[in-house]
Amino acid sequence: MTRPLLILALSLALAVPLSLLAGRVWIDPFAPTTRNAALILVELRLPRAVLALTLGAGLGAAGAAMQGYLRNPLADPGLFGIAPGAALGAVLSLWTGYAAAPYALPLFALVGAGGAMALLALIAGREGGVALFTLAGMMLASLAGALMSLAISLAPTPFAMSEIVTWLMGALADRSWREVWIAVPLTLGGLGLLIAAGRGLDALTLGEAAARSLGIEPRHLQALMIAGIGLTVGASVAVAGIIGFVGLIVPHLVRPLTDRRPSRLLLPSALAGALLLLIADCLCRVLPLAGGELRLGIALSLIGAPFFLHLLLRMRRGMA
Amino acid sequence: MLAAEQLALAGRLSAVSASLRPGEVAAICGPNGAGKSTLLACLAGLLAPDAGSAALDGAPLTAMPSGLRARAIGYLPQTPELAWDVSVETLVSLGRIPWRGAPAGEAQDAIEAVITAMDLEQLRHRPVSRLSGGERARALLARVLATSPRWLLADEPLANLDLAHAATMIAQLRQLSRTGVGVVLVLHDLAAAMNHADRVLVLDRGRLVADGPPPVALAEAMIGRVWGVTGRWLGEPGAQALALS
Repeated sequence: MTRPLLILALSLALAVPLSLLAGRVWIDPFAPTTRNAALILVELRLPRAVLALTLGAGLGAAGAAMQGYLRNPLADPGLFGIAPGAALGAVLSLWTGYAAAPYALPLFALVGAGGAMALLALIAGREGGVALFTLAGMMLASLAGALMSLAISLAPTPFAMSEIVTWLMGALADRSWREVWIAVPLTLGGLGLLIAAGRGLDALTLGEAAARSLGIEPRHLQALMIAGIGLTVGASVAVAGIIGFVGLIVPHLVRPLTDRRPSRLLLPSALAGALLLLIADCLCRVLPLAGGELRLGIALSLIGAPFFLHLLLRMRRGMA
Repeated sequence: MLAAEQLALAGRLSAVSASLRPGEVAAICGPNGAGKSTLLACLAGLLAPDAGSAALDGAPLTAMPSGLRARAIGYLPQTPELAWDVSVETLVSLGRIPWRGAPAGEAQDAIEAVITAMDLEQLRHRPVSRLSGGERARALLARVLATSPRWLLADEPLANLDLAHAATMIAQLRQLSRTGVGVVLVLHDLAAAMNHADRVLVLDRGRLVADGPPPVALAEAMIGRVWGVTGRWLGEPGAQALALS
C-alpha cells in the first residue's frame, strides 16, 4: 500500500519539473537564455501542469470510486451522465455566445454538472439501489449527448459549430491560472467526498445486502458518490472539456499494486491519474503536428480504446 | 433476545412472532417460497416489515442506528458476492467495517483470532478466487465472525457444500453458539435441522406453523402437512435421516 504511493509520488516529483521544460520552446535549465523563459514557465506551463495534475487526480480517483461503486472494472465516471451534463452546459454557453465572457463557460458547465447530479439524485435517490442509478446515469448521458448533437446541428454560425466541436475534444492548451482557481478547490472537495465514501465502497465488495448488514446506508453512500463524482468530473469538464479513459485505465493499472480494496485504490489512482495526464499533456505539446497541437482528449482516446479492448479480451480469457 | 412481533410483509410473511435466545441454534425451515429468507432479512434489519416489528433486546431494528445494529448482528447472504479478488485476510478484515473508530490493535486482534479459529492461517494471503468451495465458505463465514457479532444470521450456509465441509461448518456454528452467540440459520436440509438445531421454526406460505424442539417441529405429520411428502425419521436421535416413501 505505501510502496506504490511512494513510487508514484517520486515519479511525480520527477515528472513535474521535466514537464515544465518541454514544449514547443524547450527550456534549458542550465543555460536559461531562452527569451521570456520566466514568462513561459509561470504563465503558460505552470498553470497547465497544475491543471493536468489536478484533473488527472480527480479523474483517476473518480474512476476508482466508480468501479468500486458499480463493482465493475469496466465502469467509467462518464457513465453517471455527469460529464455529458457538464459538457452540455459548456456547449450551450458556446452556442449562445456567452462563452466570450470570462468564467461563463466553466460556470455553464458546472451548472450542467449540477443539473445532472440533481436529476440523478431525484430519479435514483429514494432507494439508493445501484442498478436503477446506473440506468438513470446512462439515460442522462444519452440525453445530454443527443442535446449536444442538436446544438451542433443547429449552430447559429459555422464559427460556433467549430468552437463547440473543438472544445468537446478536451485540451489543456492555452489555460491560465484562472482555470486553476476554478478546478483546484472543486477537485479537492470532490476527492474528500470520495475518500469519505471509501468505507462504504469496501463494504459493497460483498454485495448490497451484505454492505447494508455492515451498517452502510445506501442513500448516504450514493449521495457521497454523486457529489464526489460531480465535483471532480464537473470541474474537469468545466476547464478542459471531455477527457475520457483516464478514469477507466488508471484504476486498472494501479489495482494489482494494492490489496484490491476500493478504499485503498483511491489515493494511488489519484496520483497515477495525475501522472498520466501530465505525461500525456507533455506529449501533446511536444509532438510535431502540422496545424497545431494534438488535442489531449483525442490522444487519451487513442491510447484508451486499445487498452479497453485489451482489458475486455483479458477478462474474457479469465472467464473461459 | 432477537424477537419478531406480529411481523408482516405484503404477500411474503403474515403475523410471524417468535423470540430467539442467545446461545441457541435456531433453524428456519419450509418449502420454497415460504418466506424463510424474508424472515431472516427482517431479523437482520435489512428489510422493513409492513406491520409488526423485529427487535433486538426490545429495540426495534428499523429504528436502531445502522452501525449499532451491524456490530450486534452478523449476516451471511445466501449467495455471497465478492466483487474484487481480495486475499483471505483482506476479506476477513471487511468484517471490521462496523467498528469504525475502534483502536487499530483491537481490529487486528479480532482478525487474527478469527483467522486462527477458522483454520485459515495457511490461506491468509491467497486470493479468494483460488480457494476451493469449502475454503471459500469458511473464509466468508470468517468475514462475518470478524465483526464479533452477538447474533449470526446465515441464509443457507450449507448449500453447495459437500458432506465433509457441511459437517465442519455445522461444528463451527455449534461451537459459536456455545460461546453465547445466537445462531439463526435458514436450512433446506431437514436432517441437518433435526440433528443439529436446538430449535426449529417451520414456515408455510408466510405463516409460522411450528416453533419448538426439532422432534416436535419436524414431526412426520408436520412434514406431511407442510411439504406434502410422506417421510419417516430413521436412526438414533442426533443422527437421524429422513426416508421418503
